[in-house]
Amino acid sequence: MSNDDDKDFSAFVRQHASRHTASAELRSTIRADIALRSAAFLPAPNVTREPKRFWSWLTAAFASGAVVAMALMLVINQWPSDESIRRELVASHVRSMMVSHLTDVASSDQHTVKPWFQGKLNYAPPIQDFVADGFALVGGRLDYVAGQPVSALVYKRQQHLINVFVWPSTAVPARGRFVADQGFNVRRWYHLGMQFWAVSDLNEQELEAFERLWLPAASGAASRAPS
Amino acid sequence: MLPHLDAAYNLARWLVRDAHVAQDIVQESFLRALRFFDSFRGDEARPWLLGIVRNSCMSWLLEQQRWPGKVELDAEMIDTLPQAEGSAGSDPLLALESRRIGVRIDAAIRALAPQFREVVVMREIEGLAYAEIADIVGIPIGTVMSRLSRARAELKQSLADFRRQQ
Repeated sequence: MSNDDDKDFSAFVRQHASRHTASAELRSTIRADIALRSAAFLPAPNVTREPKRFWSWLTAAFASGAVVAMALMLVINQWPSDESIRRELVASHVRSMMVSHLTDVASSDQHTVKPWFQGKLNYAPPIQDFVADGFALVGGRLDYVAGQPVSALVYKRQQHLINVFVWPSTAVPARGRFVADQGFNVRRWYHLGMQFWAVSDLNEQELEAFERLWLPAASGAASRAPS
Repeated sequence: MLPHLDAAYNLARWLVRDAHVAQDIVQESFLRALRFFDSFRGDEARPWLLGIVRNSCMSWLLEQQRWPGKVELDAEMIDTLPQAEGSAGSDPLLALESRRIGVRIDAAIRALAPQFREVVVMREIEGLAYAEIADIVGIPIGTVMSRLSRARAELKQSLADFRRQQ
């Protein structure tokens, strides 16, 4: 195999192989990430070039210090309070609609959404479609709550979107609603070893009706087992 | 860092062979990279970012092996077809022929093992230098070259019948 042959072959491959380009959606999501990140963390740009190495070292040291400190705080605090989780979830709900990143997997089919989480989380969130009851499954998304990856399921009721955050929980938390915040209603319940938190601009009664769909009917029918 | 988005996505897409997973990995990698944004504004950004993307893809592939029940549908064949653009001018037959070659080459690259596929994608499609690839993968330049030549040999073999017709 001569070098020339390799060159021809390389040109041949380069000419015909696909080069995948990022979608406009991904591009705008990342642009938003960059904007958020730089607005929140970046100091004024360095004008001098010389001490860059030192600064980069310092930034890295500081950042890794911050990561260690955050991890330590998580260990010490165990799990943050309901109140701080609620605030985080409302922020996440708002963000999911702002940066056009509502779903990672957009499907109304629970058998498409459920497998998508496999390999991304160490648990399988129960997923049900309540389209017959007026709550259609839109898709799923990976989100972060208190530094942990959690599954977010997205449902739609007319023009209202509902984010349902689900994660496993050994403790059984009290079922209940939380004070409306910024116009959003929040409800929490526990089912099949998981905590569910629903956040939506939907009115209180309808959100409660949505919650009841998840829970086994009180009248004897113990298991409305999710797939 | 945004100028390297296509390179990052192309690499991820070729490695994991799934558009959704590739998008997730690229976004996650950018978020991780952004934590150190200030220190990597210059030319070093590309190999460094691609390194993060590459490592995330490799861990994802490993994870897939550990969950053999999960087989991703390879949608690549389906969704590369409509991309047939008029690079061969306005002659639809020529365009079709060019796309037919592309499909064969894509399939041959996709069939390579990940460690060969990644060097082919970085070298032949992205046009990165050997040194840059060595940096990204974390192997000596000599290994990059030997993997590349083995990958080319494999590609030539699987395209042998096809190239004779050309």
